[in-house]
Amino acid sequence: MAAAELAAVWLTLKLAGIVTALLLVIGTPIAWWLARTRSRLKGVIGAVVALPLVLPPTVLGFYLLVAMGPNGPIGGLTQSLGLGTLPFTFAGLVIASVFYSLPFVVQPLQNAFEAIGERPLEVAATLRASPWDTFWSVAVPLARPGFISGAILGFAHTVGEFGVVLMIGGNIPEKTRVVSVLIYDHVEAMEYTQAHVLAGGMVAFSFVVLLALYTFNPQHLGGRRG
Amino acid sequence: MKRFSLLLAPLLFAASAHAGEVSVAVAANFTAPMQKIAAEFEKDTGHKAQLAFGATGKFYAQIANGAPFEVLLAADDETPARLEREQLAAPGTRFTYAIGRLVLWSARDGYVDGRGEVLKKADFKHLAVANPKTAPYGAAAVEALQKLGLLETVQLRFVQGENIAQTYQFVATGNAELGFVALSQVHKDGKLTAGSGWVVPASLHAPIRQDALTLARGRHNPAAGALLAYLKGDKARSIIKSFGYEL
Repeated sequence: MAAAELAAVWLTLKLAGIVTALLLVIGTPIAWWLARTRSRLKGVIGAVVALPLVLPPTVLGFYLLVAMGPNGPIGGLTQSLGLGTLPFTFAGLVIASVFYSLPFVVQPLQNAFEAIGERPLEVAATLRASPWDTFWSVAVPLARPGFISGAILGFAHTVGEFGVVLMIGGNIPEKTRVVSVLIYDHVEAMEYTQAHVLAGGMVAFSFVVLLALYTFNPQHLGGRRG
Repeated sequence: MKRFSLLLAPLLFAASAHAGEVSVAVAANFTAPMQKIAAEFEKDTGHKAQLAFGATGKFYAQIANGAPFEVLLAADDETPARLEREQLAAPGTRFTYAIGRLVLWSARDGYVDGRGEVLKKADFKHLAVANPKTAPYGAAAVEALQKLGLLETVQLRFVQGENIAQTYQFVATGNAELGFVALSQVHKDGKLTAGSGWVVPASLHAPIRQDALTLARGRHNPAAGALLAYLKGDKARSIIKSFGYEL
């Protein structure tokens, strides 16, 4: 593989790794809240989290481009903090990908938390475990398959991200040119051989990821229990 | 002769018509003029042109793999020539329908001066350019920067649009302070529609010849031939010129 390909692969893995870690941190409390709450806001928050599942990535990408631009609300905020604007930066890709892959982590976690039911938590409470302690010693271990599914799906989905990155990335080597964008570039430039190498690799990678998910975690596939 | 064909063409088409339909792949930079031309074309001939806009390289891949386009209006002259060589097009139909002009443009008033000196000052963070590997306007921009001796200094600030429409979007949203776009995107009836710009002298890059041709699938569709003929007519040509193309 040429240097450009290696740089894109490395950048993609770095992006997916950081995004997955962030999503586990952000997604866990959201999923826990969605699983436990009786608030009327549950439907609203659940719907907002699920939006990237149904929105075309170009819609998300376009609004992020406008919102993070110098005249948008996020862009205004980052500029006043002296951070400049986010499009065309790696940080911008990370933030966009967190939005984009959020449901793929939250939904398996939420299902796993819901599947625990009230009882183990009540038992823990009668044994005088604090809610914090209960969460870490009871809920998290019982929801382990949900964490595995969420992490795998979040990672794989970020690797496969294209439309959003295309819209806000600017195709900068080693900063925003991820594998999917480079494949697109090769196809556009009619460099089909190079395109095949990366595209074939992508197919193999996705298959292996899903195979792992099916093999080790069949009941939590896609966050739904049969 | 031209005048004659202009007067007669609609009549001929009207006579030959049951109104047909033609499916057209249009280079992104030609979006605005083509919408206008297609509307006139339908009015004058009764034929309907179904337009799809996008990057020429992508259209090539789609056409080579059986996409049902009947006419291509490319952003370059190489792709149509290649389609002809590979017998994916109707032979002998290729012609240059427009010559594109490049403009260094900013959405901000007064940011780009009339001589492009802003490039030398280089106080911008992002300069938007269409991917030079795939987009003719991107290649022309790189060539012009090379001739100006500025490529080295500004290259690190490149942000690339996958086609000229996306490049325009980067600049229009203010995410890139300035960028090289097609004059047709920011120009109408002799002046810029917004912001500030410097029309890059044609001497700084090879001419951006945009060729059109009938594709293999359109060979037997009279509406395809009618559209190409219409593009050569005075009405279409004056629309094309009004968007800043040369002919």
